[in-house]
Amino acid sequence: MNLVLCLLSTRQYLTAERIRATVAGYADTASDEAFFRMFERDKAELRDLGVPLETGRRSVFDTVDGYRIARQDYELGDIELAADEAAAVALAARLWDSPQLAGAAHGALVKLRAAGVEVDEDAIAGVQPRVRATEPAFAPLLAAVQAGRVVTFVHRSHPRAEAKRRTVEPWGVVSWRGRWYLVAHDRDRNDVRCFRLSRISEPVSVVSAAGEVRVPPGVDLMALVRRSAGLPPVSGIARIWVARGRAVGLRRLGQLVGARTHAGRPGDELELELRDRETMIRWLAGHGPDVAVLEPAELAEAVRRCLSGAALAHGARDGRSAREAHPARGEHSPHSEPVGVSRA
Amino acid sequence: MTTGLAARLPRLLSLVPYLLARPGVRVADAAADFGVTEKQLRRDLELLWMCGLPGYGPGDLVDLSFSGDTVTVTEDAGMRRPLRLTTAEATALLVALRALGEMPGMVDGEVVRRAVAKIERAVGAAAVSTGVAVGVSAREEATTGAVRAALDHGRALRIRYYTASRDVVGDRTVDPMRLLLIEGRGYLEAWCRSAEAVRLFRLDRIDEVVELAEPAAAPATARPTDLSAGLFRPASGQREAVLRLKPEARWVAEYYPVDDVAELPDGETEIRMRYVDDAWMVRLVLGLGGQARIVSPTSLRAALIQRAQGALDED
Repeated sequence: MNLVLCLLSTRQYLTAERIRATVAGYADTASDEAFFRMFERDKAELRDLGVPLETGRRSVFDTVDGYRIARQDYELGDIELAADEAAAVALAARLWDSPQLAGAAHGALVKLRAAGVEVDEDAIAGVQPRVRATEPAFAPLLAAVQAGRVVTFVHRSHPRAEAKRRTVEPWGVVSWRGRWYLVAHDRDRNDVRCFRLSRISEPVSVVSAAGEVRVPPGVDLMALVRRSAGLPPVSGIARIWVARGRAVGLRRLGQLVGARTHAGRPGDELELELRDRETMIRWLAGHGPDVAVLEPAELAEAVRRCLSGAALAHGARDGRSAREAHPARGEHSPHSEPVGVSRA
Repeated sequence: MTTGLAARLPRLLSLVPYLLARPGVRVADAAADFGVTEKQLRRDLELLWMCGLPGYGPGDLVDLSFSGDTVTVTEDAGMRRPLRLTTAEATALLVALRALGEMPGMVDGEVVRRAVAKIERAVGAAAVSTGVAVGVSAREEATTGAVRAALDHGRALRIRYYTASRDVVGDRTVDPMRLLLIEGRGYLEAWCRSAEAVRLFRLDRIDEVVELAEPAAAPATARPTDLSAGLFRPASGQREAVLRLKPEARWVAEYYPVDDVAELPDGETEIRMRYVDDAWMVRLVLGLGGQARIVSPTSLRAALIQRAQGALDED
C-alpha cells in the first residue's frame, strides 16, 4: 500500500535503494537479500493486480532502473451512471455462477463504487439471470484465453467418439444456450474449431509463454459457436399424420395441414421441417402408433426400422411378428407400401 | 506489505477513493458494498491509517475521522481515484452486461447499451473485453415481454403451457414471482394455482400469455426455488428407471439428469434416472430404436413392445 502511494506520488523514477530507504515497511529488512526478495514479490503482486508499474532511468547518468506508476494509466476514468444503468450493472455483476467470473465482476463493482457510482444490488427485483460454469476445464481455459497461452487437452468430439489430444491456441470461451464452448485454432488440424467444455476430460496444460496466442481482429466468437453447435439447416419437409389429441409436442413444432384419417383413426396431417435427421426419427418413432410418416418414404422406413429395433431389444420374438402373423392387415391400410423400399 | 495482506490490497486501494466519494458513510454500509464484515472493514481502516507517503508525518498519512458509526477521509495521500479495471474484471462485467442486453424482457436493452458505453469509456482501450461471450435463445421474446410486464404490474397471468414430461398443453392461472435465466434458458417462477405449488415454467414452452386484472397473490408460504444444486431435484411422485445404453445412446446420460452411471465391461452403460410419466419413458426408449433397453421397471418393456408393434401393424 505504501509502495503504491509512494510510486503514484512521484513523477521521477525511484531506484530500489531509494524505495528501501524511504518507504515504510522496507527499512527494517534484515539484509539486502531479504529486501530484494520482498521488493520483487511486492512488484509481482502489484503487476498481478494490474498496477501499471513503469521502469526507467531519470537520466543517462543513472546506472540502475527506477520505478514509478503513471497516474493516468493507473486511475479509472470518470464515470457517472444513471440509476437505471447502475441497476443493470448490479444485475450483470450477479450473472455469473462461477468463482472466477463472479470474483472478477465483484472486483469491477468495487472499483466502480470507489469511483463514486452508487450501485444498489437489489434495484431490479423479480429478475435473476444466472450463467453457471461448473465444468472443470472452465477456469484453466479462461485463464489461458486471458493470458494468450497455447494449451493442450484431451477431448471427445461427441460422446461416442474416440478421445483425442488437441493442442490449440484458445481464442475465447462462449456460453451458448447454457453450454460452454472453447473457440480455438487447432494447431494439428490447422483450422478453427469449437470444443464443448464438458467433453474435455484430461487436465488442461499450458504449453507456451503468455502472449503467444494472437486472435485475429474482428473474430465473432458467438457466430463461430452458433455455426458449429447450432441447428443444422432445413434439408426438407416431412408430411406426417398425428392421431387426434396426441403428440402435442410435435404439433407445436409443425404446421397443421388439415384433418386426416389414417388406418381408420381420426387425426391431423402436419408438415415438419427436417433438420437433424436422427433426432426427427427418434421423435417420430417415440410416438409409436400415434404418428405415421406419410412422406418421404425413406423417413417412414427409417422410423419403422427404429421401432422394430426397439421391440426386438425388449424381447419381442421378432419386430415384425405381429405384421407377419396378420399379413392381410397391411393391405387394409389406406397407404400402400412405398415402391422400391426394401423391408429386410 | 506482507503476503497476508495481498488479498486485502485491492480493497485497500479502492477504500480511500470510495470514502472520498461518500463523506460520512456508515461503516456497516461500506462493509456491505465491499462484501466483507464490518469487523474486517474496521481492520482495513486501521491499517489505512498507518499508510501514507514517505516522510510519514502529518499531511503525508491517510487520515480518517470517525463520528458515531460513520467514517470520513480527511487526508487522501494522493489516492483519489480507484485503480483501473483489469482485463478480467472488465471482461466479466461487460460480457455479463451485453448478455443481459440480449435477453429479451430481462432489462431495457437501451439502458444496457448506455451503461456498456460509459464503462468502456472509463476503463479505456487497454481493457477492451474479449475472450468471453454469452448467447441465449431468442425464441421466447414475445412471451418474456408479457411476463415481465405482469411482474412489473404485480398481476396474475393466465398461460397456455406445454408440459414436456407428459406431452400435454394446458391452461393455468399463475401468480408470477421471478423471471430466471438458468443454463441459458428463461423461466418464469410462479405460484401455480392448480398445482398449489411454486413451479418453474420454461418461457419457450409458454404458448399464450394473458395478463389478468387481478393482482398476483402468491401465498406467504410460496418460497423461491433453491437453484444452488441446479435445476433438477428429486421430488416426490417421481418414478425411477434403469436403462442399458449401447455406445450410440451414451449421450442420454449426458443430456438428461441421471442419478447413477455405470460403465459395463461389454461397453454398455447402465444408468438410473428419474422420470414423471411412464409414457414419456416409453417414448424416449422407443425412439432410441434398440440402442437402449429398459432393465426396470419391467412393466414398461411390455408397454414398449405393444406400442412398437401397434405402429408397425398400422402401416
